[in-house]
Amino acid sequence: MYGSLPRLCRGRVGVGASLASTDSQPMNAPAETFKSRAHDKLNDAKVQRAMRNFNLAGARARGIADLDNFEDIRTAAAAIRDRSLASLDLWLARFEQEATRRGTKVHWAETHADINRIVIEIARATRVKKIIKSKSMVSEESHLNDALEAEGFQVVETDLGEYIVQLAGEKPSHIIAPAIHKSRDDVADLFVQHHKTPRKTDIGELTMEARKFLREHFLSGEMGISGGNFLIAETGSLMLVTNEGNGRMTTTLPRVHVAITGIEKVLPTLEDASCILRLLTRSATGQSISNYVTLNTGPKQPGDLDGPEEMHVIIVDAGRTRLLGTDMQEALRCIRCGACMNHCPVYQNIGGHAYGWVYPGPIGSVLTPNYIGLENAIDLPNAATLCNQCGVVCPVKIPLPDLMRKLREKQVDRGLRPWQERLGLKLWAWVAKRPGIYALATRIAARLGRSMGGADRVIHRLPGNGWTEGRDMPAPAGKTFRELYAERKR
Amino acid sequence: MSDQKLRVGLFVTCLVDLMRPSIGFSAIRLLEAAGCEVTVPESQTCCGQPAYNSGDRMAAQSLARKVVAEFRDCAYVVVPSGSCSGMIRAHYAELLAEFPSDRAEVERLAARTYELTDFLANVAKLQRVPGKFTGTCTYHDSCSGLREMGVKAQPRALLGQVQGLALKEMATPEYCCGFGGTFAVKYGEISARIADRKCEDIASTGADAVVLGDLGCMLNIEGRLKRRGDTKTKVYHVAEMLAGMTDE
Repeated sequence: MYGSLPRLCRGRVGVGASLASTDSQPMNAPAETFKSRAHDKLNDAKVQRAMRNFNLAGARARGIADLDNFEDIRTAAAAIRDRSLASLDLWLARFEQEATRRGTKVHWAETHADINRIVIEIARATRVKKIIKSKSMVSEESHLNDALEAEGFQVVETDLGEYIVQLAGEKPSHIIAPAIHKSRDDVADLFVQHHKTPRKTDIGELTMEARKFLREHFLSGEMGISGGNFLIAETGSLMLVTNEGNGRMTTTLPRVHVAITGIEKVLPTLEDASCILRLLTRSATGQSISNYVTLNTGPKQPGDLDGPEEMHVIIVDAGRTRLLGTDMQEALRCIRCGACMNHCPVYQNIGGHAYGWVYPGPIGSVLTPNYIGLENAIDLPNAATLCNQCGVVCPVKIPLPDLMRKLREKQVDRGLRPWQERLGLKLWAWVAKRPGIYALATRIAARLGRSMGGADRVIHRLPGNGWTEGRDMPAPAGKTFRELYAERKR
Repeated sequence: MSDQKLRVGLFVTCLVDLMRPSIGFSAIRLLEAAGCEVTVPESQTCCGQPAYNSGDRMAAQSLARKVVAEFRDCAYVVVPSGSCSGMIRAHYAELLAEFPSDRAEVERLAARTYELTDFLANVAKLQRVPGKFTGTCTYHDSCSGLREMGVKAQPRALLGQVQGLALKEMATPEYCCGFGGTFAVKYGEISARIADRKCEDIASTGADAVVLGDLGCMLNIEGRLKRRGDTKTKVYHVAEMLAGMTDE
């Protein structure tokens, strides 16, 4: 019965694997620290201007207003995602069976290296040279473009944002708006440099210019690589949710189509997908539906006028099964709408690149440590105010602050926090458990703080404390509440 | 009514105890004005949230169990903080899940723990708000108060009864101020930048004062306003404003 089951899922589904370090070498673990990257972005006027203009949160608010049962749909969607994850092995096997029956070749990538190897093998076997891509964040995880170029293939991103980012030699800074950190002027400069055309600054004209250049690529691409928003188990279909039309071009014009997506993206039925779709686009961009929703079900069949000769789907683990059956499993519900980052006060100020890996914002702060190793993303779960705006807007109700807090606990358990912090907490808790000593300590602190505050009752600098880097500390009143309360009672 | 006083245990919170005792006394004045009998368990220190949010679960558990024991005999527990009351109501059950014998007591505590303005408006039904203020105020919703304790309308309704006070909403009162507990210390630069957006929002209302229900937000916003050179905008805890203790 399990003969065709993906190897990567067997024996792991439902098993509480620990959040140990990754078995594969951490892919592109960030070299500089989160803090230094955030500092750079906070002091980059262009990025700051772009982030100030960024308001997909407003679009979402308008988008959900036309549903009077948005919260009910969220509840239903979370349940659908949980149902998929609870029997992930079975739904994936069903997908493989149905997709194979319709002529799609299904591949299983256990690691990031496997993704690149499989794509290169397909590209060689089908003798393609030029590859066009629509958006795929999973391919960012494996640095697929670099791997393909190293093997001599030409790779062109066709999503407008991805195209801009590729021309700039950068990485996406947002999962659905990859070039959100770029200004119109940045794009104008890039187009002059790469297209060798006169400079344009009108957004419409810039877009038309990109369209003209991309059209050539669509017509000459021999392989199209796409992501996959969902895999539909009952029909073996790949669902793509896009706005620009490049997704359809990429998956129908070239003679080979390769889709890459994570194991968690499987949904049992089309009915399930239709429910989730109502939330996905509204949560992402506020649209009631995207311009294109495509179901790719197998390659070109006899009698079809168009479509690829070969269709491949690469289903990727690369760390995902480690979350199954653990207290992190809820993170796998994610449908990649971006609402959590769009509403995150930290993301809104530092942008996506500061997070250092593929997925920024709150969901990135949960996924990154899980995928590349807790010790390789120490800052991420801590770099959040836990304001829970992300949890409130998440269309599949991922308790993001709770998951970040659990990751913080795992850091403490594994001794990954600085010793000063651990000692400080222990000392503070020891004192706080002993009311007499605590009263004495706070009396001293209140007086010390009061004297540090001086005449204007404000402390301007606390040594070794990040607080006063950007703000003052109002000085304590000088006596504690408990002291004053005892005095009053007397 | 006076012979049926609500017996309230005040959880002062560690920040109020250390930094701004006037908030605690304001809370007592308001609760007494609402006809409550207020006790302040003497051995109280901290709810454990700093440890909980820093990943030191054991330290958080020991402090949480201490709170559970200290307030066992109070009919109600009232906290002048959305954050600390949220810790008790929304997180203690999860935090103390490893102590099944405590479970009933933890649930009983969570069910009778209230944020101050919520308690005043909905349980004690404070009739006459003692505070007076001449000027315009804007109210900042603290994240925990708003999203864990449902505190939104209560402080506004009560502030509306403060004689002479005009409330003017900022554009995004529900937007985080950037405090986040130890986040403000560990990531001071990012935190201050988030606080900037809040300060700008406050400034654009032209209000004389910003009023809020959590001391964490208060220290953060006041500290950032001062660093930005704004010495004009006052920052008050909602308890101080309602109790008329804005001078202390």
